[in-house]
Amino acid sequence: MYERYLSAASTYAHSVDHLFILIAVLVGFWLIAAETMMFVLIFKFRAKPGRPTQYITGEEKHLKRWITIPHALVLICDLFIIVGAISVWYNIKQNFPVADETVRVIGQQWAWSFQQAGPDGVMDTLDDIRSVGELHVKVDTTYHFDLISRDVVHSFAVPAFRLKQDALPGRTITGWFRPNKVGTYDIQCTQMCGLGHGLMAGRIIVETPQDHAAWLLRNTNPAVAGVPPAAPSATPNANATMAEVRR
Amino acid sequence: MSTHATVGTHMGHDEPGMFKKYFWSTDHKVIAMQYLFTGMAMALIGGFFAYVFRMQLGFPNHNVPGYGLVTPGRYNALVTMHGSIMIFWVAMPVLIAAFGNFLIPLMVGCDDMAFPRINRLSYQIFLFSAILLLSSFLVKGGAFGGAWTAYPPLSANGAYNLTPLGSVLWLVAVALEFVAFLLGGINFTVTVMNSRAPGMKMYDIPLVIWMIVLASVIFMASAGPLIAGAVMLLFDQTMSTGFYDPTRGGDPLLWQHLFWFFGHPEVYVVLLPAMGIVAEVIAVFARKKIFGYKTVLYTTWAVGFLSFVVWAHHQFVAGIDPRMANIFSITTLMISVPITEMIFLYIATLYGGSITLDTPMLWALGFIAEFLIGGVTGIFLGSSGTDIYLHDTYFVIAHFHYTFVPIAIIAVFAGITFWYPKMFGTMLNETLGKIHFWGTVIPFNFIFIPLFITGTAGDQRRVYSYAQFAEQSRPALQHLRTTSTIALLVMLSFQFVFLINFFWSLRNGKKAGPNPWRSATLEWTVPSPPPHGNFAELPTVYRGPYEYGLPGRVEDFAPQNVPD
Repeated sequence: MYERYLSAASTYAHSVDHLFILIAVLVGFWLIAAETMMFVLIFKFRAKPGRPTQYITGEEKHLKRWITIPHALVLICDLFIIVGAISVWYNIKQNFPVADETVRVIGQQWAWSFQQAGPDGVMDTLDDIRSVGELHVKVDTTYHFDLISRDVVHSFAVPAFRLKQDALPGRTITGWFRPNKVGTYDIQCTQMCGLGHGLMAGRIIVETPQDHAAWLLRNTNPAVAGVPPAAPSATPNANATMAEVRR
Repeated sequence: MSTHATVGTHMGHDEPGMFKKYFWSTDHKVIAMQYLFTGMAMALIGGFFAYVFRMQLGFPNHNVPGYGLVTPGRYNALVTMHGSIMIFWVAMPVLIAAFGNFLIPLMVGCDDMAFPRINRLSYQIFLFSAILLLSSFLVKGGAFGGAWTAYPPLSANGAYNLTPLGSVLWLVAVALEFVAFLLGGINFTVTVMNSRAPGMKMYDIPLVIWMIVLASVIFMASAGPLIAGAVMLLFDQTMSTGFYDPTRGGDPLLWQHLFWFFGHPEVYVVLLPAMGIVAEVIAVFARKKIFGYKTVLYTTWAVGFLSFVVWAHHQFVAGIDPRMANIFSITTLMISVPITEMIFLYIATLYGGSITLDTPMLWALGFIAEFLIGGVTGIFLGSSGTDIYLHDTYFVIAHFHYTFVPIAIIAVFAGITFWYPKMFGTMLNETLGKIHFWGTVIPFNFIFIPLFITGTAGDQRRVYSYAQFAEQSRPALQHLRTTSTIALLVMLSFQFVFLINFFWSLRNGKKAGPNPWRSATLEWTVPSPPPHGNFAELPTVYRGPYEYGLPGRVEDFAPQNVPD
């Protein structure tokens, strides 16, 4: 149902959507039932001359069951929703499939930047690919991301993946996604992070393996493959992609 | 004036002077009016802010009439202040302080609050906090723009938020406002527990009083951690401590826990008085006893208790241990059970009644109809799986406005239109009242239903422009935002109908008499408006508050203070 507005481009996007629909059906039923009941009662018991009010305390057994039975049914619906919610949550946030690739996602006021291993497949070496604002990933590949923040709380959100995770300064938070649809999708920051919060956009570009390999080639310097950086903190941003810095 | 501090000696005193009467009074009714009018003034300011930033969202980058261009910094400050003002300086003072102060002594049958001077102090601190908050717009750097949740390190460090003075003023204002309501809460609880009329047993207390007391208790139990957190944040801001600074061993998540440990119960702190007001109005205009009075109370206690164990559903994706989300998902969905039960009981109260749709009843029924939508959409967010996606989108905004607007606008109007005759001695105009009702409730839905859709389509919160986001800047979504803004303009313009009605009726309204709605509770046994000291002779209570539709009587109701 989201597709009309927003594509679903990760393996777990549909499970979130299905949970949404399950909840919508269950609570929609109760909403309509309660509203209908209310309007029927308002109409049926509108003041009429000569019809006295009934004296009801709410302790009468035959009337009380009109409350207790729906009450029990609501509880059962809640149980269904809880089971659905936890199973979706467990698959997205707790049970990570084995990673094919790892990417570091860095939030700072007010841009997203990314670090991926270069051709040597090892992070924190000189051939790492760093990019600002654009994350290039391979379709049908399981990525783990290590999310960090350099200053305040940000939130790494990719609506098309149904993915959201806050980035906290001082911690590395791990998550995963597996894109399954080629295309370009928005990255948002969804946690108020100051003046440029509304400008803190990024894009995630899901590519075919061939396109991704070509991109990888364009952005690496084979001479430094496998060489650990001399001073990691001072690594120059030599391999940055053409992505503009959004400020 | 002679010295008098003891309860019960107010009657028969000289009329105090103008200043003493309206600005330095210890009379609970005057303090209630102070809170009411301050709250209404703050609502106008908060509403104006909503108008400005909705204009920016509906018609991006145009000059907003009456304001000017909305820059990102101003936008952040406006949404932050809108949220803070509407919750802390509108919902709290009007629902708890204004109605609590006005109704508690009148409905439990005593002459004033237990601690009248603490009551006066409470309002003075509240007024000071409001002035302090608004003054933050005038300082260098402008007002705080880090959202009403004020997550550190953004809120803690002037280098990050760029409003070093504004954020301090915001924090101090919020903390002072809490002090005001702690004083008020103590007063309410003590008054209801100790100053009830003879014969008024626990289960004879009207629901609105019960709910205000329970709300006060919940507030007092939850505000402590946040005040402690606020002090630590203030130290971080002004004395360079590092409570929330991870580079110096602090933890930004600590604030989030302290904030939401208060923040979620706070929802119920404002919900309960609103539910209480609605209960009173429904009982009177359906001429019915509340269906299962005791069950309503038990569910209220259950809600109050559960409200303390759901806070982390605001933090599912905040970086807490993911296993915690499962526990808080369960508790959050469980709280829907007592709330549903309460709503069912209210609807059941209509059964067998003789319902008249006067303005207060329209507002009360409107509350139930709209709050139901707010309630059920909360399930999407309490369920951790869907919250991953919906968190911090406009779905959240639409959801909590479907709870807070019914609470702080619709139920408040139910209360004001219902007790206006008692407060001022005249009746409001019914025709204007109904125009105002429909002119508020219909556009309200047109504001927030489009926002449910933009939220499910991925619109994130607190963003002044979607130009940077390809998926969000499509025309279909912009049309929905514009619709929402236009509906807001309609809704705001209909509020002038209310203001005209309110002030016109003060002088020109029909004289109300002591009991225009034929209500059974104690406040309707005294003249309208009630004199200083309330009761000429303190009443004795013989029965519960909702004895309507009694068979075999001339009148269809039995006032609480009339013996059989």
